[in-house]
Amino acid sequence: MYFIGIDIGSTASKVAIRGKIIDEFVIPTGWNSKETALHIKNKLLKDFNINVLKDDSIIISTGYGRVSVPYSQKQITEITCHGCGIREQFDYDLCTIVDVGGQDTKVINLKDGFVDDFLMNDKCSAGTGKFLEIMANRLNITLDELFELSNLGEKIKISSMCTVFAESEIISLMGEGEKIENIASGIVDSVVVKVAQLVKRQGIQGDMILTGGLSTNKFFNKYLSEELETKINSYSKGRYAGAIGAALIAEDKYKKRGRV
Amino acid sequence: MIDIKKDLPEIFEDFAENRQNSFLKVREVKENDNPLIGVFCKFFPQELAIAIDGTAVSLCSTSDETIADAEKDLPRNLCPLIKSSYGFAITDKCPFFYFSDLVVGETTCDGKKKMYEYLAETKPVHVMELPNKQSKEGLVLWEKEIYKMIDVLEEYFGRKITKEKLEEAIKIKNAERTAVKDFYEIMKNDEIPVSGLELWHVLNGITFEFDKRAVPKQLKDLKEKIFSENEKITGKPRILITGCPIGGATEKVIEAVENHGGVVVAYENCGGAKAIDRNVEEDTGDPIRAIAEKYIEIGCACMSPNPNRMDLLNRIVDQYKVDGVIDMHLQACQPFQVESLKIKRFANNEKNIPYISIETDYSQSDIGQINTRVAAFIEMI
Repeated sequence: MYFIGIDIGSTASKVAIRGKIIDEFVIPTGWNSKETALHIKNKLLKDFNINVLKDDSIIISTGYGRVSVPYSQKQITEITCHGCGIREQFDYDLCTIVDVGGQDTKVINLKDGFVDDFLMNDKCSAGTGKFLEIMANRLNITLDELFELSNLGEKIKISSMCTVFAESEIISLMGEGEKIENIASGIVDSVVVKVAQLVKRQGIQGDMILTGGLSTNKFFNKYLSEELETKINSYSKGRYAGAIGAALIAEDKYKKRGRV
Repeated sequence: MIDIKKDLPEIFEDFAENRQNSFLKVREVKENDNPLIGVFCKFFPQELAIAIDGTAVSLCSTSDETIADAEKDLPRNLCPLIKSSYGFAITDKCPFFYFSDLVVGETTCDGKKKMYEYLAETKPVHVMELPNKQSKEGLVLWEKEIYKMIDVLEEYFGRKITKEKLEEAIKIKNAERTAVKDFYEIMKNDEIPVSGLELWHVLNGITFEFDKRAVPKQLKDLKEKIFSENEKITGKPRILITGCPIGGATEKVIEAVENHGGVVVAYENCGGAKAIDRNVEEDTGDPIRAIAEKYIEIGCACMSPNPNRMDLLNRIVDQYKVDGVIDMHLQACQPFQVESLKIKRFANNEKNIPYISIETDYSQSDIGQINTRVAAFIEMI
């Protein structure tokens, strides 16, 4: 039996397989989620010899593109899936998960293994992965380079609340000849402060765990734990937390009632 | 006596059938020379309109159709309800606006207050000053405002508002409120005969019934019909929606709940239980005082503090066996946005049920996000 979680995010699509095989892979989402779902289906067949249309695979889709997976048996939001996904690595009763995603940043409180409460950023990309992506593009560097540089620089305050205006602010700083390290440091700090605000609003209960695209970034973890004055556990498979959660939910549900 | 408008706007033919019918229906009211008073808020005592054989109709618009027109005059980052309503007023696109003889505003928020100043350039507008507090002094002010309103109506429409007329109007409105309350209380059942969206359409639709005396029978018949149809919703997470006025474009929030496995069992918003919960005391000998006392008790976030909202929420959560609270805010609606922390604390700590606040506007651009949030919220329950 295969239990497959497919997490179609705004930038990347993550797939986790549990059951007879345990593996994960990621592909770019591209412009069409339906097409991405088709790619995933083909890849599962080619690389893992899993035919998703056959009865021995149970599939749950999640993420923004969750409705675009025609062969999934159920759709569950990424919030619930991230909550479940981390239990593979962490033994938790009580914890707070921070997932900095492409479009949204989520702070999820778990209690007794279930999502107890969550908070998401408002209709705005400040404080999300999108903000970092846009700013790195503007500086013509990669996300990793942005963090490496930020570690070498001194924080400049970026005061704009809005991504578009923050971009103009950065263009001005570049025009003034400001050191790129300092700009990078300012950009990262702006995201760290916004994420920390969201966490403070939601309240930390138990251990803090970082998931999502930035979960393996040592700088981000360091800055955020400094800002929150608390230790943050990184999850090496954090990027796959949503997909893993979806696969684990599929497995649980199937074992309990024979269907999802 | 002023001339009561009976013609249709020039753009009438451009309207869809639905709106054309509304124009025709409200024109009928005008043909009987009955005053139509456009109001923005549940604080306006509808008994006053009935006492001059007129009707009060809500002008709160819930569509983004006219927002671009409004933004020519109003700031872009204003509440969508104010922008939309103003837009409908200046474009002659809303039948109720178009046929309103008099528009009555209430000082429930600063945005509306200032908007009425511009609105007064196109329509006769009277603004009632609402106190900020449900205090003794607040009641004195509110009673005075009601006396003033009566003077305005008497003079404007050339009709007299007597004590007897008021007592009769109180009875009519009480019967209507009781009937609406009796209707929405079907959602207290474990097996519900209608969806939350269907309930909402009834609650909203009935406010556009101009013959208030007809409402009790209509709702009684509808209730019988619904129960005979035997549809039963059961076992779904039961959601309460509170916060800013809902409806029209923001029905997307109700849809998100019901498309993701929940059911909306109660509305505490303006169009729901908020204004209907309490009746006016009858035959007190001082109908104006009785009216003032009822209306000032509405638990709107414009009141500070606002214990009545908590009291009503508390009863609804228990009586309707609510599993989760959705607090809907319109963009830039500060009183409700600031109050949201109180509602969250109340839901989480006192009632031990989950709470989520959703900020939205009249566009459809955030449907994806709303669906994710609401779906995750329901999964959590």
